Amino acid sequence: MKELIRRLSETYGPSGSETKVRQLIEEEIRPLSDQVRVDAMGSLIALKKGDGSGLKVMLAAHMDEIGVIITHIDEKGFLRFGAVGGLRPLVLIGSRVSFANGVTGTIGVEKLDTPEKTPSLDKLFIDVGAVSKDTLPVGVGDTACFTRPFVDQGDRLTAKAFDDRIGCAVLIEVLRTLTRTPHDVYFVFTVQEEVGLRGARTSAYGVNPDVGIAVDVTTTGDTPEAHPMAVVLGNGPAIKVKDSGMLTHPGVKNLLVDTAERLGLPYQIEVLERGSTDGCAMQVSRAGVPTGVLSIATRYVHTPSEMVDYNDVLNSVKLLVGLLGGPISLT
Amino acid sequence: MLLERLSNAFGPSGCEEEVRDLILEAIKDDVDECRVDALGNLIALRRARAASTKRFPQKVMVAAHMDEVGLMITHIEKEGWLRFSNVGGIHSRVLTAKAVVVGSQRVPGVIGTRPIHLLQEDERAKLPRIQDLYIDIGASDRSRAEQLVKVGDYAAFATKFTMVKESTLRAVKGKAFDDRAGCAVLAELVKGDYAFDLYSAFTTQEEVGLRGAQVAAYSVEPDVAFVLEGTVCDDTPKKRDVSSVTQMGKGPAITVMDRSVIVDKRLARLLLNSADDLGIPHQFKQSVTGGTDAGAIQLSREGVPTAVVSVPSRYIHSPVCMLSLSDLEHTVTLMTEALHRLEGGLPE
Repeated sequence: MKELIRRLSETYGPSGSETKVRQLIEEEIRPLSDQVRVDAMGSLIALKKGDGSGLKVMLAAHMDEIGVIITHIDEKGFLRFGAVGGLRPLVLIGSRVSFANGVTGTIGVEKLDTPEKTPSLDKLFIDVGAVSKDTLPVGVGDTACFTRPFVDQGDRLTAKAFDDRIGCAVLIEVLRTLTRTPHDVYFVFTVQEEVGLRGARTSAYGVNPDVGIAVDVTTTGDTPEAHPMAVVLGNGPAIKVKDSGMLTHPGVKNLLVDTAERLGLPYQIEVLERGSTDGCAMQVSRAGVPTGVLSIATRYVHTPSEMVDYNDVLNSVKLLVGLLGGPISLT
Repeated sequence: MLLERLSNAFGPSGCEEEVRDLILEAIKDDVDECRVDALGNLIALRRARAASTKRFPQKVMVAAHMDEVGLMITHIEKEGWLRFSNVGGIHSRVLTAKAVVVGSQRVPGVIGTRPIHLLQEDERAKLPRIQDLYIDIGASDRSRAEQLVKVGDYAAFATKFTMVKESTLRAVKGKAFDDRAGCAVLAELVKGDYAFDLYSAFTTQEEVGLRGAQVAAYSVEPDVAFVLEGTVCDDTPKKRDVSSVTQMGKGPAITVMDRSVIVDKRLARLLLNSADDLGIPHQFKQSVTGGTDAGAIQLSREGVPTAVVSVPSRYIHSPVCMLSLSDLEHTVTLMTEALHRLEGGLPE
């Protein structure tokens, strides 16, 4: 599974430009699915049919990652940019970004009047190494994302875009492993989560599920002087109770907890104070969908180097396969 | 000129009747069906005038919002001053000492300000807050004022549309070009013959949260949508080599991304190719701020491929805007071409 995770994480895919990620995933899942389609927004929806006795279950993981978009090119060929998703200037300076056509840019910063303060985005620019404005290989409106190789550190893995390629990897692996299920399971790889949960909203409307589970990353409280949070890398899949966009349906939360207990899998309970996931959009689709979130504890979210524990990933797959293998009752 | 009548019309969010009546009058002979929905959107259908070579798209929706930013009376002081709140995004610095009209009787008024003689040194550098401002309709007390105005009445800027002295940009000035410019463009597009059903949606309450567009898109269920806007134009003097969002006279602005939408790449390409092939001047909206009806339309039901084309307009969300009629006409030409090309389906 590590090779799949590597390929997913290293692929280019800022919000609105998910095509390459979608192609990669589609290749993986087409032989495993009964039906595959791409909706109007670009989300990839794969169906694995059940035996007819179960529910319609939607699993969602988002394909997009945060990035930048060129807004202006100055006379010397430096690029000014805006944020695509929750981008913090602090982690940008000196970072490299890559565009859809493979061009790499370095993020530079103007001379600062107050160097001790974090500059705002408009003090930064991208340098693609062009010697003149006329030969620039990119233009206004082009998007770029971080470029950084995947690193396998044994139990720990570090890469860009684990938010949420790690969720995509989990969904693909669940689809691969799940041999028999009573449920019609829709594996939905959504677009534009980072700019407002947009793909999940329209795909949930289209799928019209009975139960929803989003698989996404969550932050941790286990690093030096971190904001207090009871989520630790390696302590198991995190079962969300609340974030700033949703309260998990208690039935779905209990279902996740009971399944973990039944299978003897480690798990932890997550309360995220800032941020949300596709689950937030799914639960208010149409007349409402009981929705839960399975999170992968991730350090340094929204930086070029996000870190997860491989065992959490494997256990998330086991948990979901176990959950989907039997009947679902929400109590 | 329709733009002139639209600009002069009174239409803050939630109070779009006057604008709607003008548009209805302008388009009624060109459409097959027309209705006003529960939120006040005017939705006009012009059926396909030719057989389509493709099965997609069958229904295309083009939207422009009728409402403008304005004010609402919240309280009448016993001395007859009208206190107000903003409806949509208006900064207090554009309000002081401006002429407005209030309520269904269109009562003229002025947003009061103290003359420079009476300002203390430190007050001169300060911005007023909206809650400290008031509208003066010349009433001597509350009961006089209440004969003309009620709490809950709207106020709009009292700006008359004017041609600016002849210039190469063919500039005009007036209020509410955001989005009466889009409405004027859409009223022209309505006349075209297309191989799909064209739904023109003149929407309400965009300025307070894309509300009309949300329900209009739900009922129309379009295959593809375009949004026409009067957008930010800040080509005014700058100290550094940084982005202008748009420039007046450089043609329609095509949005790639803003706060509400990442535009469908196929539609953006369709627009760019149309402009390039016909030699229509055009530009990108070089900013990712602001939101439009596209944000609501693209998320309707299972999602709708959506694009945004704007007429650059200086000084929007203020009592007076300025735009170039050439930009407006180029927007009509661009959209007409793009709609015809859409008859062959979405580009890959």
